[in-house]
Amino acid sequence: MDAIVIGAGMSGLAAALRLALHGKSVTLLERHSLWGGLNSFYTLRGRAYDVGLHALTNYVRPGTRGAPLTRLLRALRIRHEELCLVEQNGSEIVFPGARLAFDNAPARLAAEVERAFPGQGEGFARLSEWVRAFEVREDREPPPSARAVLAEHLSEPLLREMLLLPVLFYGSAREHDTDGQTFAILFRALYLEGLARPDGGIRTLLNLLVKRVKQAGVELRLSTGVRRILVERGRVQGVELDSGEVLSASIVFSSAGWVETLRLAGQSVPRADHGRISFLESIWVLDRPAHALGHRAATTFFSLDERPAYRSPRELVDPRSGVLSSADNFGPVHVGRAEARGELRVSVLASHGAWCALSADDYAVAKERAADAAAAAAVAVTADFRPHRVDRDVFTPSTIERFTGHAGGAVYGSPRKHLDGTSGIDGLVLIGTDQGYLGVIGALVSGVTMANRHVLASERSGAAEAFA
Amino acid sequence: MTEEEVALAVKDIIQTVAPDEDVSGLDPDVRLREQIDLDSMDFLDIVMELRKLYGVQVPEEDYKELATLDGCVRYLHPKLTSKSLHCAANA
Repeated sequence: MDAIVIGAGMSGLAAALRLALHGKSVTLLERHSLWGGLNSFYTLRGRAYDVGLHALTNYVRPGTRGAPLTRLLRALRIRHEELCLVEQNGSEIVFPGARLAFDNAPARLAAEVERAFPGQGEGFARLSEWVRAFEVREDREPPPSARAVLAEHLSEPLLREMLLLPVLFYGSAREHDTDGQTFAILFRALYLEGLARPDGGIRTLLNLLVKRVKQAGVELRLSTGVRRILVERGRVQGVELDSGEVLSASIVFSSAGWVETLRLAGQSVPRADHGRISFLESIWVLDRPAHALGHRAATTFFSLDERPAYRSPRELVDPRSGVLSSADNFGPVHVGRAEARGELRVSVLASHGAWCALSADDYAVAKERAADAAAAAAVAVTADFRPHRVDRDVFTPSTIERFTGHAGGAVYGSPRKHLDGTSGIDGLVLIGTDQGYLGVIGALVSGVTMANRHVLASERSGAAEAFA
Repeated sequence: MTEEEVALAVKDIIQTVAPDEDVSGLDPDVRLREQIDLDSMDFLDIVMELRKLYGVQVPEEDYKELATLDGCVRYLHPKLTSKSLHCAANA
C-alpha cells in the first residue's frame, strides 16, 4: 500500500481521505472500536454525548474566499451545506467586574472592547489587523509570547487577560502563555471568524468523513492498535500491529502525538516535551434547554480571578476558571419547546498526576465532588442549572488518556509542535495535535496539509506556475 | 466527445473538485483562477481527475494550456475525441 495512517480522529480521517482522492491506497488504523479520537461521541444510559468543546471554530459562510474552512472543504470535496452548520447565538468572556460578548460578526467584539474598556478600541483594532496579516511560516520562529503580543497593543491588563483566556482554553499545550502563532491562529478562529456546530453534533461531521473515506477506497480498520512503528536505518518501513501482523508502507502518518509516536518508534523524548494540560469535563443533561434557564451563551469563558492560572493544577482540579458550553445556544431558539432537554458542559483544568494517584473507590467519589466544585464555580457567572439535572457524565484526565492514547491526558498534546510534520525519521509524518494546527478545523487542515506536502506535492511544482 | 462535451466534462470535473462553486456561468476565455477560488493543489486535483476518468496524462509542461476553459477544450479535444462523457460529479 502507499500509506498507513495511525488514528481515525479528525486529522487521520482527513489525511486518509485526501490521499485516497488522489488515487493512493491507504490503510487507516484506529485502536478503538469507534472513530473520532479527541472529538468523539458515545452513548450512556440511552443518551448521546459528544466529547470535546463541541463547537467548530473558523466559521465562514459558504463561498468565503481564502478562508481555512473554504479551503478545507475544497480539499476534501465536501459541500458546505453537508456539514449542516448552525451558527452560535453569541459567546462571552466573564471576569470579575467585566463581561465581553462576541459572536460571528467581528465588529461586535470590537464594540464590546471599547464599551467595557474605553480607549482600548484602537489598540484592539490594531491587534486584529496584526492577526489578519499573520502568516504561518515554517522557516522562522513565531513571536514567543502571546502575552507580549497583547501587551504591545493593549495597555489594560484585565482586557489582555480576558482576550487570552479563551485562546489558552481552546488550544494551548503550554502553561500560562502560548506562542504568537498559536495565538494568531486561535484569535482568528474564535474572534474574527467564529463558532458553529454541526446540527446533530460532532457525529454529523465524523460520520460524513467516515462515509467519504470508505467511498474513496480507504481500508479503515477499527479495534486495531499499533504496537510498533518499524524503522530501519532512519527510514520508516511500516507498522507492527498489536496482533503481531506487519503492514509495510513507505510513508506513515501518525496522529498519536509527538511523544507517543516516537515511543512507538522506539525512541524517547525529553520530559519537557510532555504535555501537561488536561481537563475535567462534566456534561449536564438538563430538564429544559439552557436558554430557558437564562443561560444564553454558546460558550462562556470565565474566571473568578483577575489573573487566572492556566496550568496543570496542584489539586485534582482548578475550578476558578473554565469554559461552559451549550449545544442549545446554536441556531434558532424555539420558545415554548419547554419539554426539550438541555445540555450544559463545564470544563476546568485538571491534574493528570493527581487523578492517577487515586484508588478506584476514591476516584469515583472524587469525580462527583470535582464536578460539583466546577458547577459551583460556574453558577457564580450564570444561572443555577443544578436543580434541573436529569443526568450527568464526568470525565477526567485518566478517561482522556484511556480513550485517546494521549500520554498524561494531554488534550492539546506536547508544547513542542512540528509544523512541517517531520519527526526526524524519514517517511514518518506527524499530523493532528502535535503537528500544530488546532481545534476541529485545525486538525482536519493538518491532515490535508501534511498529505499534500509529503505525498502529493512532488507532482505540484508545474501546477503552481501554470495557475499563478 | 464533441468540443461542447469536452467543455461539459471539464466543468463537471471543476464542480467535483470545487463543490461549492457555481460553474454554469464560467467565461470561457477568462482565466479560471480569476473566476473561481482555485489554488495549485486544486489544479492538480483537476489534472488527476482527467487521468482517472479519461486516462488523459497531462505532462507538467502542458499545464499552462489549461488556464482557461477554452484553453482546456483546445488542448483536450484531440485527446478525447474517441472517449465518451462521464459525469464525475454524479459518480
